[in-house]
Parts: sequence; C-alpha cells; structure tokens
Amino acid sequence: MINVALDVGTTASPESYLFYVLAPLSVVAAIGMLLVKKAVHSALLLAWVMVTLAIFYIAQEALFLGIVQIVVYTGAVMMLFLFILMLVGVDTSDSLEENIKGLRIISIVAALGFGGLLVTLLSRATFGRPVVGLSVNNSEGNAKGIAVELFTRYVFAFEVISALLITAAVGAMVLAHSQKAKSKFVQRDLSIARFRKGELKDAAGLPGSGVYALHNAVDVPALLPTGNPAPSSISAVLQARGDIIETSNFELKEQTEEDK
Amino acid sequence: MSIANYLYLSAILFTIGAIGVVVRRNAIVVFMCIELMLNAANLAFVTFARINGNLEGQVVAFFTMVVAACEVVVGLAIIVTIYRSRRSASVDDASLLKR
Repeated sequence: MINVALDVGTTASPESYLFYVLAPLSVVAAIGMLLVKKAVHSALLLAWVMVTLAIFYIAQEALFLGIVQIVVYTGAVMMLFLFILMLVGVDTSDSLEENIKGLRIISIVAALGFGGLLVTLLSRATFGRPVVGLSVNNSEGNAKGIAVELFTRYVFAFEVISALLITAAVGAMVLAHSQKAKSKFVQRDLSIARFRKGELKDAAGLPGSGVYALHNAVDVPALLPTGNPAPSSISAVLQARGDIIETSNFELKEQTEEDK
Repeated sequence: MSIANYLYLSAILFTIGAIGVVVRRNAIVVFMCIELMLNAANLAFVTFARINGNLEGQVVAFFTMVVAACEVVVGLAIIVTIYRSRRSASVDDASLLKR
C-alpha cells in the first residue's frame, strides 16, 4: 500500500516534491491545451494532465482511483477522442479568431475572477483544519475499502449508474447508426429497370466506347452499324467535361490525289 | 506542503477547463475541456476524502468517472451525427435554431 505519512495539515516531503514538480507541469499542459491549434495536440496534452492526476490520486491514498483513472481516462476515453478525431478529420484545425467581439478577454477576466474566488474560498475553508488521512479506512487495502462502501451504502446508486451506462451505450449506438433510406440499387435492379423502360433498345446494356488504333478510346464514341456515332457509349463524366473526340476523325477517308 | 495545494490545483484546472469551453470552437476540444473540469472536480473529491478521513469522496469520484464516460460516449456520438450532416465539427456552425 502506498501510504505517504502526513502530519496535521501538511504532507511529508517526498509527496511535496512530487506535487511541486508535477502540478506546474499539469497546469502548463492544461493551458497549452487551450492554445494549440490542432485538436490532436490538445488530446495528447489532456492525456498528460490525466496521467499527472492519476499520480496525485495514488499519492493521496486513492490507489484504486489512480489505476481506474489511467485505465478509463487515458486508456478508453482518450482513445475514443482520438478515434472520433480521425473520423471527423484531423486536418480541420480550429480557427482561433473570435466570433463574438471581445469574447476572449471577457472570458479570461471572468475566469480569473472565478478562479481567484475559488482559491480564496478554499484557503478559508481548509486552513487550520487537521487532516485525518485514510490509514484507518485503507487498513485492508484501498480497493476493499471502496468495495465495502460501494456495495453497502451506495449499492442503489451503483445500480442506477449501471443503468445509466447501458442507456448511454444504447444511445450512442442509435445516434451513430445511419439507416439507409432505401436499399442499394444493385445490378439485378438495374437489369429489371432496363427491361421495364418500355423500349428494348438498351435492354442489353449500353454500347461500349469506340476502339480505334490511333487513340486511347474511352473518349471516342462507338460507331453504330449505320455508321453514326453513339453518344451513349461514353461515360457521362467525360461528356460533362466535354472531353469527347469526334468519331469522324478516325473514319477512313477516300484517298485523294495529293496523298498519292 | 499544505494539503490544500491539491485543492488549489483542482480550482486552477477547473478554471482552465471553463475558459476552454467558452473560447474554443471545435466541439471535440470543448468536450475535452469538459473532461478536464470533471477531472479537476475528482481531484477535489479525492483530496477531501483524505482530509475528512473517509472513503466516501473516493466513491463519489468513482461515480463521477462513470458519468463522465457516459457523457463522452453520447456526446461524441452527437458530434459524429452533426458532422455527418453538416461536414463541420465547429460549435458555431450548428446554429440552425437561430435563423
């Protein structure tokens, strides 16, 4: 059991070294999370903040929560974030220009006020209060202590929260599932549609594009038996682009006197 | 070191998360900032559990983690749905009700 001894209100020096090294790092990472442009970098910085918090939990005699923090947050939740980032597009970097005028300044001032209020409040609430510590509760191990609490006093809340978890999973599936409005148009449907069109001219499929030795022939219309070009033999994309070569360019011409 | 330092750290991280929710526009980053706020609250819970000498704070922090996981799952599903229909994950673009 990790059990950092503590005096009344203060902690032993190893823990304070840990805190003074890791706390500034976590605050810097959290601020960096706001400043970096790319969401992936934000995610990595947040993962670091979560790891430092897990270390703090373990240092504060909450071994079980520390491990859960690493497994659930840095493991599952951050991976989920990264997956969604990959789905939604990693390259879409956030434009940092503000939409509402002065929003950033107002929010920073408000946040400073809020944070200052919180810190002064906390200092007045906890200074001078003796710290009890968890050595009694953790005497049989932190996980066992939590399990006793969880399955006796909080068993109802535990059941409710399991219902919440299942509901959330089902809800996510419903949200992420996209049902097709109509079934896919497969080759069989195409064939049926061709025969039901009334005239059987195209029932065997469209003619293939022309093949001429002089030219790569996807953009050349085929010649019908009558000698006329068949525009339907060319992909609609090429027709829209206008990348069509006249069939007449490749027709055999009668030899003139000059050619001889 | 006073044990209250953990609470100050928690307050600072919470404030940073709150700024992020207001300032950032990418919905995913906004979600990450909410996660940061929840984590800061958890740190406060764990610290108070230690100060008061009982495990209830840790149990509540555990519950908070479960709720946060649910929130992330549903929220990210919503983001994916919005992205599918609007091709954007910016919170400013989803302002259809305004017009």
